[in-house]
Amino acid sequence: MRRRDAHPARTAWLIVGGLLAFMLVLAGCGGSSSSSSSGGEELQKLGKGEGQLNLISWAGYVEPEWTKPFEQESGCKVNDKVAGTSDEMVDLMKSGQYDGVSASGNATARLVAANQVDPVNVSLVPNYKTVFPDLKNQPYNTFEGVHYGIPHGRGANLLMWNSNSVKPAPTSWNVMFDPQMAAKYKGKISQYDDPMSIAEAAVYLKFHEPALEIENPYELNEEQFEAAVGLLKEQRPNVGEYWSDAAKQIQAFGSGDDELGTTWQYQYFALQEEGVPVAASPASQGFLPKEGATGWSDTWMISSKAKHPNCMYMWMNYIISPKANAEVAEYFGEAPAQSLACEETANKNFCTEYHADNPAFWKRVYYWETPLAECGNGEENCMDYNDWVKAWTSIKG
Amino acid sequence: MTTEAVVSKRPAGRKLAGLFHGRPRLQVGALLAGPTAWLVVLYLGSLTVLLVTAFWTVDPLSGEVIKGFSVENFESLVNEPVYRDIVWRTVRTAIMVTLTDAVIAFPIAFYMAKVAGRRGKAILVIAVLMPLWSSYLVKVLSWRTMLSQDGIINWALNPLGLHGPGYGLTAVWLVMSYLWLPYMILPIYAGLERIPNSLISASEDLGASPFTTFRRVILPLAFPAVVAGSIFTFSLTLGDFITVRLVSNSQFIGNVIASSITNDLPFAAALALVPIVVMIAYLSVARKLGAFEHI
Repeated sequence: MRRRDAHPARTAWLIVGGLLAFMLVLAGCGGSSSSSSSGGEELQKLGKGEGQLNLISWAGYVEPEWTKPFEQESGCKVNDKVAGTSDEMVDLMKSGQYDGVSASGNATARLVAANQVDPVNVSLVPNYKTVFPDLKNQPYNTFEGVHYGIPHGRGANLLMWNSNSVKPAPTSWNVMFDPQMAAKYKGKISQYDDPMSIAEAAVYLKFHEPALEIENPYELNEEQFEAAVGLLKEQRPNVGEYWSDAAKQIQAFGSGDDELGTTWQYQYFALQEEGVPVAASPASQGFLPKEGATGWSDTWMISSKAKHPNCMYMWMNYIISPKANAEVAEYFGEAPAQSLACEETANKNFCTEYHADNPAFWKRVYYWETPLAECGNGEENCMDYNDWVKAWTSIKG
Repeated sequence: MTTEAVVSKRPAGRKLAGLFHGRPRLQVGALLAGPTAWLVVLYLGSLTVLLVTAFWTVDPLSGEVIKGFSVENFESLVNEPVYRDIVWRTVRTAIMVTLTDAVIAFPIAFYMAKVAGRRGKAILVIAVLMPLWSSYLVKVLSWRTMLSQDGIINWALNPLGLHGPGYGLTAVWLVMSYLWLPYMILPIYAGLERIPNSLISASEDLGASPFTTFRRVILPLAFPAVVAGSIFTFSLTLGDFITVRLVSNSQFIGNVIASSITNDLPFAAALALVPIVVMIAYLSVARKLGAFEHI
């Protein structure tokens, strides 16, 4: 035994060193691979369905009520993967196993920049014509004049509270962000676990601290950014839970662990159905706290590696067809993208209540965007998404 | 442990058999080629990839990896106080979970090894292994329900005028101590089994009190087994992030890796090296304490 074990350490180091050299060589060679997959081409002619469709979606976007009729009509079997955050969506798209995604504005630019999605030929999507005009050609779905997706619907993130314990009913985000007000609900506050929450704080500061001169809550210079991050750090001790999946938040509100927080319509309706006494800004306040709110405008995008592109085009046309778009909008609780959907909703006042055709309302809703170093004014001094992600880690501590 | 092969006397009909005939080194080599390749390529190889990736950076917009050499990731790891806090919190919890499990596991293992009868022993071993048969997630989610505001823990403590810990670091400590307990009990049990009863009798015969016997005879002999068990509890706590996410608001190393992996893979890789370094340090101490003689 002794003879063979003479230099085990040296052998081990040789193996490790050899591997290291091998990997470094691989790393050097791999550098050029990304240039080969340059900007994709849009589909010119719709062919026959491929029989399958793999989607990534937000919870509540792909439900049997409207996917079953689609499957029968198109012959494309829908396989859906629900994602909890935009980061997760971007990551899943990189796997190349999906045909399309319902991307929010904080994912679209990244997907386009990484060549993960292809341009969409809107002439192959007949229902696109009647989509609300203020959803077309927006900076989060059209890049350098090229369409990269089909608008799905939009909405504002909600301030939700337990109506038994939070009194009086809040009309402002100050219950979450004013340190004194928030302290009243210490340990009961539920905050979305995503860097986009920094924009929520920025919306609050835009209203309450005019001296900061915040224009767009996603284009923050260092001073504005630090103020928003500081606000969230002050909020930190009062937060009961950071949530990133809807089910976790539903459970926490249901059990009384959380009483107040940002949420999506999906959880709000689910909790109401369970009989939990939750409330959100009523119609009389325009569904929004007085500062306005962050929100989303979602876009169906097609993967540049889609294995079932025809099915994806059929899906994009189907999901904004008046009936299906009305169904998904009512199910999820958001404004439909399809103007004709307003005639198909079960609740005839739905579109009015959700301000679907009221562009003025959406001025106070700040759709999620990818923060870039480049500010709107041409300067380069804004904090980019990486800064946002790092700051979010340091806020949570 | 002789590697001297028992050579078959049958006539070697096939070429392959002939090739191995009388060549014990070749036999051993062929036998070990598969597992060694597995270890070197898949295990050490992926670690190397991890190490190399940690020196890369990403394009801030697309999140695409830029291959090059930069120590940026390590700089922010060292310079930003938040990461130090997170690493220290993770290590501290791992130490606490390990100590808690050691204190709870020792009496149970001792009873199993030295006191219980044949049947009692079998029942106890099954009881200790039983929780490992159910899914990790089911166990954590049950704890989440139990620890919640109107959960069973608060319900039981309420008449006494007490309140449960709720979600937080205490909850993480509690749940992890529960989750990893079997991994501590089993090595200690195996270690105690090996101590001959005659040693305990001898100690008693020589007039030592039960406490002295425990302190001077049993504990020194079983200590390496405790250290062996602690490797499991320590490393499992160090790497966990799901429990942390479900029963607390804190971040452990694993949580930051999970949230960085989607848009900054190289930084996640740099972070992933931290638990590796901590474990190497821990294992070298454990080796000094003789833990590897028992596994």
